[in-house]
Amino acid sequence: MNPARKRTVRLTVALSAAVVLAAALIYTSFSAASPALTPSQLLAQARPGHSYQLTGKVLAGSVRRSGSTLDFSIEDRAGGAVVPVAYTGTVPDPFREGREVIVTVEKRNGAYVGERDSLITKCPSKYSAGPPSAGKQSF
Amino acid sequence: MAGLGGACLLLALAVCVYGIGASLYGVRRSRPEFSDSGRRAVYALAGILTVAFAVLEIAFLRNDFTFNAVADTSSRTTPGFYRAAAVWSSQEGSLLLWAWLSSLWSSLALFLTRNRMRDVASYATAILLGFAGFFISLMVFYANPFATTRPAPLEGAGLDPLLRFPTMMIHPPMLYSGYTLCTVPFAFGMGALLARRVDAEWIGAVRRFAFAAWFLLGVGILLGARWSYSELGWGGYWGWDAVENASLMPWLTGTAFLHSLMIQEKRGMLKVWNASLVLATGTLAIMGTFLVRSGILNSIHAFGGQTLGVPFVCLIAVMIVGSIYLVVSRRGMLRSEHRLDSLLSRESIFMANNLVLVGLCFVIFWGTYFPLISEALTGHEASVGPPWFDRYTVPLALILVLLSGIGPAIAWRRATFANARRNLLVPALLGLGTVALLLVGGVPGDPGALAMFGCGAFVIGCIGQEFQRGVRARRAMSGEVPPVALLALVRRNRRRYGGYIVHLGIVVLFVGVAASSSFKHSVEPTLSVGQSSKVGAYTVHYVRPTATVSPAQDAAHTGSTLALGAVLDVTKNGRHVATLYPSEGFYASDEPSQGSVGSLIGGQPVSHVAMDAGVTRDVWSAIAPDLETPQLKRIVQIGNKTIPFARPEDALIAVAFLARSYLQHPPPAQFHFIVSPLVMWIWIGGLIVIGGGLIAIWPSGLALRRRARALARAESAQPGAGAEQGLARV
Repeated sequence: MNPARKRTVRLTVALSAAVVLAAALIYTSFSAASPALTPSQLLAQARPGHSYQLTGKVLAGSVRRSGSTLDFSIEDRAGGAVVPVAYTGTVPDPFREGREVIVTVEKRNGAYVGERDSLITKCPSKYSAGPPSAGKQSF
Repeated sequence: MAGLGGACLLLALAVCVYGIGASLYGVRRSRPEFSDSGRRAVYALAGILTVAFAVLEIAFLRNDFTFNAVADTSSRTTPGFYRAAAVWSSQEGSLLLWAWLSSLWSSLALFLTRNRMRDVASYATAILLGFAGFFISLMVFYANPFATTRPAPLEGAGLDPLLRFPTMMIHPPMLYSGYTLCTVPFAFGMGALLARRVDAEWIGAVRRFAFAAWFLLGVGILLGARWSYSELGWGGYWGWDAVENASLMPWLTGTAFLHSLMIQEKRGMLKVWNASLVLATGTLAIMGTFLVRSGILNSIHAFGGQTLGVPFVCLIAVMIVGSIYLVVSRRGMLRSEHRLDSLLSRESIFMANNLVLVGLCFVIFWGTYFPLISEALTGHEASVGPPWFDRYTVPLALILVLLSGIGPAIAWRRATFANARRNLLVPALLGLGTVALLLVGGVPGDPGALAMFGCGAFVIGCIGQEFQRGVRARRAMSGEVPPVALLALVRRNRRRYGGYIVHLGIVVLFVGVAASSSFKHSVEPTLSVGQSSKVGAYTVHYVRPTATVSPAQDAAHTGSTLALGAVLDVTKNGRHVATLYPSEGFYASDEPSQGSVGSLIGGQPVSHVAMDAGVTRDVWSAIAPDLETPQLKRIVQIGNKTIPFARPEDALIAVAFLARSYLQHPPPAQFHFIVSPLVMWIWIGGLIVIGGGLIAIWPSGLALRRRARALARAESAQPGAGAEQGLARV
């Protein structure tokens, strides 16, 4: 093989390897991703064994601790549908009733179980240029 | 004062427009006096923005609540140290910080290159002023840091308690310095392509700035990880959060560039690749700023509102299209001067390292922007979690560490197998021996972590061998004792040996990451006073509750009204190890609806983590005390009813009463304990990287002396100009 041809072959092999790897990455990202849903969407389409990213507001008066499990309910931003979640793991400092949170949940035996350490609170109002998060908890 | 600040911004915008026009006119019409004037416009910009930043900083320190930015992010109860740092916690203030730092770094870069590559530098001046002008326009038209409200509110909202942590003072300026410095190589790269001067000179000129950008961005990332570990009640240092990823991506492409530019310097190869990397790094840095400031992705750090999205998307689009157009249209000039001689050469190892780094960047890019990609493609927003990132980044990181050992041990151009075997045999045995030893020693078999320990030992072997050979060669030449020879070796060749030290630090850091993430114990028990919990080999005993009232007493000096905590006794096999004092701070809120007492403690609570850090392991603890018991709630309710807002000192007494009641009848508290091995080596590794980076970046005495001699020669050729003046200029 002459050197120019050798280089072309090498380049083709390298490029196809990169394409295969990128395709694998892209494929797995779609199958591993959890869709972001609101409580009403989740109630309508959740299937057992799949995980979903649940986004909404923590329902006032719903937060309860039992052992290492934190139970709380998430409602649609505008109110309405409510999903109870049993969560274990780290609870971020800004978590409180009325605040917007994101948590990855899975439907197990008809109940929604939060994935460990997946709870994220959306930013507190002080940082956003947009509207402040409504309904801070009052004593 | 606000008027002065606003005038500064308008003047700065005018200076930007003038400077862009002057430097472009100067270079297109070959009128160097206009190019010089454009460069001086950058210096003027730096001066004007310094005044503007000082005006805002003074307003924060003086609690001037007529400034909206001050009223929104600071307060009288915010301690002075954090008031100074609160400037960049607001959207407007952080834009001003960006523009200011950008003007300072641009001035430095243009000053250092003032006598070289005039045409390239003129284009770079215009581009750098373009970035500054963009950020100044954002402030003028969207988020004015000098907007005021009269009459001024009596009290501000206060700095978010989460940000009341010492590194907040230094983390954002470091990160922003890194981001703004990334735009300097971008501007020079663009300039070189525009001026059609793509020789080695521009690469040499931007090397220092690329390195400084890489260095400061790295320090910023490290400080962010440290903040996450020791301030957030979470105990992790990296969470694949969108904003963290945004800062890592330009750092990865910057790392790739710092390696591949050596191939261009030595062999005249990879010109297209280098130009693309520089342009990509600059674009990724702007995208990073955009991610933090626009709030487009869900993130723990989503600071911004949606208002800045459109202008940023336009800027990024212009950068991407411009970069691609220039690289494609100048590709004829970017031909390699040489071909790759052999697959077994340092060039090819460097190329492999570049591919891995860019691959890592691609993985992180895809995962970070996946919510947007998936929404665009499928119509549904979806995201990938940390396990997805780990699946790809762990093997890539392993390959990267391996290559960082192999690279320096292989010769340029064409290495022989015999040579490679001789250089790699001892380190390889060291790596395999380490793995065998760990397996025999009964370290639980996590394959990823074991592989990382093996690779780490291999790389340390490679680096040690390089140092040992260098010292031996020097001793043979000069007969110095080993420590002197070592010092001389590093001093004569800072870039090379500084680079090895950086590699060593990265390996140490990765070993810390592998150990602490694979062999971590974490529990979240609910404990009453007197109860204990086991975490790993340790037992943590809840001895008694603690409480402090009033901002002045807050032990962490963060200005919390009330801090409730615990005294924890940590033992191992019955032997006392440490006493820890974790607490949670409760801060005043700006919500009158919470009542006179409730609003004193109704702000966001923040954990004050306590840990016993050690070289083998950290014992980490956080507490979330329960303020929601009926008894404590009743105290707040009664206080709210009986104490008017006008009597804050009485309300504070009610808080003190609440604290006493908590101490007398402490309800069970929620704890989080973590024992993770070798975490400290992450920070030690980071410090080694910083040390190695400083060695490599510091202007060497030799080069300074050489330049001084050259200057002195030039001066002596022109009698009348004093030698002191020449030295002073050095």
